[in-house]
Amino acid sequence: MAPQVGKATVTLLERLGHEVVFPSAQTCCGQMHTNTGYQREAVPLVRHHVEVFEPYDVVVAPSGSCVGSVRHQHAMVARDAGDDALADRATAVATRTYELSELLVDVLGVEDVGAYFPHRVTYHPTCHSLRMLRVADKPLRLLRNVRGMTLLELPAADQCCGFGGTFALKNADTSTAMLADKMRNVLSTGAEVATAGDASCLMHIGGGLSRLQSGTRTLHLAEILAST
Amino acid sequence: MSSTFLGVPAPRGVGHLRGTQTFPDAARVALGDSQLRRNLGHATSTIRAKRAAVVGELDDWEQLRLAGSALKTATMARLDEHLERLEREVTARGGTVHWARDANEANAIVTRLVQATGETEVVKVKSMATQEIGLNEALEAAGIEAKETDLAELIVQLGGDLPSHILVPAIHRNRAEIREIFLREMPGVDPELTSEPRLLAMAARKHLRERFLRAKVAISGANFGIADTGTLLVVESEGNGRMCLTLPDTLITVMGIEKVVPTWQDLEVFLQLLPRSSTGERMNPYTSAWTGVTPGDGPQDFHLVLLDNGRTATLADEVGRAALHCIKCSACLNVCPVYERAGGHAYGSVYPGPIGAVLSPQLTGVEDNASLPYASSLCGACFDACPVRIDIPSLLVRLRAQHVDANRGGVPSAEAAAMAAASWVMSTPGRFGAAESASKLGRLLGRSTGRISSLPPPLSAWTASRDAPRPPEETFRQWWARERGTS
Repeated sequence: MAPQVGKATVTLLERLGHEVVFPSAQTCCGQMHTNTGYQREAVPLVRHHVEVFEPYDVVVAPSGSCVGSVRHQHAMVARDAGDDALADRATAVATRTYELSELLVDVLGVEDVGAYFPHRVTYHPTCHSLRMLRVADKPLRLLRNVRGMTLLELPAADQCCGFGGTFALKNADTSTAMLADKMRNVLSTGAEVATAGDASCLMHIGGGLSRLQSGTRTLHLAEILAST
Repeated sequence: MSSTFLGVPAPRGVGHLRGTQTFPDAARVALGDSQLRRNLGHATSTIRAKRAAVVGELDDWEQLRLAGSALKTATMARLDEHLERLEREVTARGGTVHWARDANEANAIVTRLVQATGETEVVKVKSMATQEIGLNEALEAAGIEAKETDLAELIVQLGGDLPSHILVPAIHRNRAEIREIFLREMPGVDPELTSEPRLLAMAARKHLRERFLRAKVAISGANFGIADTGTLLVVESEGNGRMCLTLPDTLITVMGIEKVVPTWQDLEVFLQLLPRSSTGERMNPYTSAWTGVTPGDGPQDFHLVLLDNGRTATLADEVGRAALHCIKCSACLNVCPVYERAGGHAYGSVYPGPIGAVLSPQLTGVEDNASLPYASSLCGACFDACPVRIDIPSLLVRLRAQHVDANRGGVPSAEAAAMAAASWVMSTPGRFGAAESASKLGRLLGRSTGRISSLPPPLSAWTASRDAPRPPEETFRQWWARERGTS
């Protein structure tokens, strides 16, 4: 649904001099199944994910939530299904899997990626990046080095936007109430762009901002970092 | 051949563990109550800031959390031994211990004990266990009036209301509403009463003092039951609990079996964790502890009712049992974005918020509270705030799986069919790529604006309040193949 995020990630990493491979056999990490209670249906997805990514030294996903699922759920799903061997393989893949800001800051040691983005931007630290992966201020360190950009502090930034996967459908009213507060805070900054490290949260926040014709748009962190 | 008793769920038809509506339906009503939203938003943000300040004072907070978690894990592993020790020590010091398998048994025991005193009025210390089992209603049915003495519980009781928070049962009420309740329901209240907090507290104080001085029987819960000395302990802020615990002749304590701790030394950890997490205080104002009966001092007749009511069944799940580690501090409620907006009543149980969403379904059996594990965006704020490190998001996910698994075998729901289909599609790259390409049919929608503002059910739940992105002209997979060839 968001090919621009993948393209920006490729552009960025290649600009930094790295070889990027997209194993075309990959599908989905299965988080939607696991988090909705369909853990059994997630097992073949975990197995497939492990088989596809096992050969690689480093795996990056421009999504805190997907990486959170790989790191915190894949082994559990396999183990609950009684497949300890798969769980061990999933753990091995997970330890080599990074969210984009983790890869840049922790693995590659880069905080200035040479980006130029002359706009007013506010950053929403998505829940799984913040609390499952503990990326802390890594995305902000990357954003502070973007030239031409004004970074505006988002009030109550650590509060969930209300997406939560199928939560947004099953509890649409509560989800919308959370979204309303997130949008109020985003709009209070006067930013043109709200950014985050998760396309799914951005689809939620952006879907609300667009419905209100708010004039503020959403961009993935990778898209800003890829801009020159 | 010996067998292990795996427990039974809390019975239906008694107590307050099950709501009459699903969470989404109940939440929809609450979300529309602007006064409730304002009250909850104000109260939870205030208490969040207080908690953050006092937790930030301690360098060893994370070590304390680890210690609290380890103590609870170790205690649960030998719960039977600790409970029997507690029973022996309480009995040796002049108390009487009763075992209640469920709410009905506990209510019957307490009713019988009160009836034996000949009294028709009892005072109560704030207690979640007695709210859980619906003790007040059971006593009322037997002609015994139970008077709540915790200020917030009093507000709830006078207002004919139900608690909506574990620690602050009247959190959904503001000062102006409390004044109205007092004017309407409190006998002999000053008609000039204003909504100034000091005056409201004084009115409640006057009302309660009369009850403390004439009460012959008190009923309490317990924050901790210390096995090695048979001591019960209650922490509170108001001193009203201590009035109940010391003045009457008879004291009946109802304690969930998970509240036992092996030794006094365990409190070194828990009494640092609990006040800072709950009221945002370094230490709560009143900590009352009593051990059996002391001749000539305090209640001369002491009964301890140990309550199961679904706890043994919860203990049987090696992951889910972590919910029993809860020390009822409410920190998870105060940081939960869902609780803050939907309020406590939407959960339909006396245990609301994140901990309620994992505890209530386990106490009742997940199918009796099947919407609660889904009442979370899995944002993880609860896990971070929990003083005993209960991984609530993982427990929620586990309970969701138990709910789905419990409904396998019949005609699959639309959701189950969709999930199975998605799993089939996503298990192989060919099917996934084809499905991605097929989603381009969605480009027939939203052609004029570039976004989709209306979709059919179940996705209409999304587009009711948010636009959906129009599927891209070219998927990433297609772009990669075109630009780089396949890998």
